[in-house]
Amino acid sequence: MSLRLFTFAAPARFYALAGALIPWLWAATALLAAAGLYIGFFVAPTDATQGESYRIIFIHVPAAWMSMVLYLVMAFWAAIGWAFNARLASMVARALAPTGAMFTFVALWTGAFWGKPTWGTWWVWDARLTSELILLFLYLGYIALINAIDDVRRADHAGALLAVVGAVNVPIIYFSVKWWNTLHQGATISMTAAPKMASTMLTAMLLMTLAFWAYAFAVVFMRTRAIVLEREQHTDWVGALAHGKQQPQGAGS
Amino acid sequence: MTGVFRSIVARDLRLAARRRIEALLPIAFFVVAVSLYPLGVGPEPQTLRQIAPGIVWVCALLAAMLSLPQLYGGDFADGSLEQMLLSGESGFSIAAAKALSHWVVTGLPLVVAAPAFGLLFDLSGAALLALALSLLLGTPILSLLGGLGAALTLGLRSGGVLLILLILPLCIPALIFGTGAVGAVESGLSPRAHYSLLGALLIATGLLAPLATAAALRIALE
Repeated sequence: MSLRLFTFAAPARFYALAGALIPWLWAATALLAAAGLYIGFFVAPTDATQGESYRIIFIHVPAAWMSMVLYLVMAFWAAIGWAFNARLASMVARALAPTGAMFTFVALWTGAFWGKPTWGTWWVWDARLTSELILLFLYLGYIALINAIDDVRRADHAGALLAVVGAVNVPIIYFSVKWWNTLHQGATISMTAAPKMASTMLTAMLLMTLAFWAYAFAVVFMRTRAIVLEREQHTDWVGALAHGKQQPQGAGS
Repeated sequence: MTGVFRSIVARDLRLAARRRIEALLPIAFFVVAVSLYPLGVGPEPQTLRQIAPGIVWVCALLAAMLSLPQLYGGDFADGSLEQMLLSGESGFSIAAAKALSHWVVTGLPLVVAAPAFGLLFDLSGAALLALALSLLLGTPILSLLGGLGAALTLGLRSGGVLLILLILPLCIPALIFGTGAVGAVESGLSPRAHYSLLGALLIATGLLAPLATAAALRIALE
């Protein structure tokens, strides 16, 4: 089998590769998260103004980063799947959406937990919070649309179009919300003035980000494998897999 | 291009004129929804004046969403939409014409009716003018984006609600600058920046949304 750029674009080969990678990804997730949480909760110094409550930053900030990056990744793979009719890319996009929505929700929820002790409120209509909420709506819209369309091909392509439109709109929404926020002067708390961070804090945050990346890869691969099996259920290799053979045959080469 | 554009607009307007009650339903919804707010919030003029632009805009947004499933629904059901797309005419002009006729039927009456409802909320003359102008610039954006949502959800079981879920987040910038214009007038500032931004949004949406709508229609019908 010769390795080319698109070797693993064949669902059967991707299935085998992802299956081999998943245990390693889970191990990486566990190790990185354990190290990140240990440094974040036991090594990093207590914040001078926020006390111990700031430590949720080690989950909050990486989750917020992931939520934004995953939307772009999802839109990218969906667009590739649409433009080049690459089935696997569409499946990956579909698998990414729930993970992205989960990270958005985690970012919002941990943000509320952080806001309550530091600001005395669960929620302010700050530009970043509002944009993150709108991002969650965009994820939910995408998930709702691809699930509402029964025809797989149409669902993939319509979802791709929506994801691309959303990706184009995200900066517009962000800046309009930001401007709206400064006009209304509702939130007096500014989060933009980031205090200087101790290097251990930065290390912990970096480790947690890597852990979240590994987690996202692991979960998305697992979900993609399930989608591959569902969509390729009539092919020979899935049949062979179902009848007890361990190694799936590459679908022609 | 202009031929198909004009004939689709003329046809849709004629259809709307023959189903007058149906065409007026979004306006009726707008009237009822706007009138509910003072009952819910309380009749203090100061409060009402403050929330008026937001209420009128949000209700206009929802009213514009209401009639969207019918934008392509009828043509899709009787097959004429497929014929239009097969005719070789540009999908862009078909989508733009549909959005324009939707705006004329639902957006324009809202622009006309909104100042009258501003009076209910004790808005000043200048604020009423700003409200009408911001709606004049903003409602076409809603129709254009709504056309995209209607095309994406064409023929789906829960299309109506799904459409609203898809399109409302995209309408947020128009809502912000539309209500911002009225708010600026009320606090004695110039609303020009808001008009410029709404105009920029309108131009960008007018160029991009029909393209995306045409693509969505082809996806739905392929």
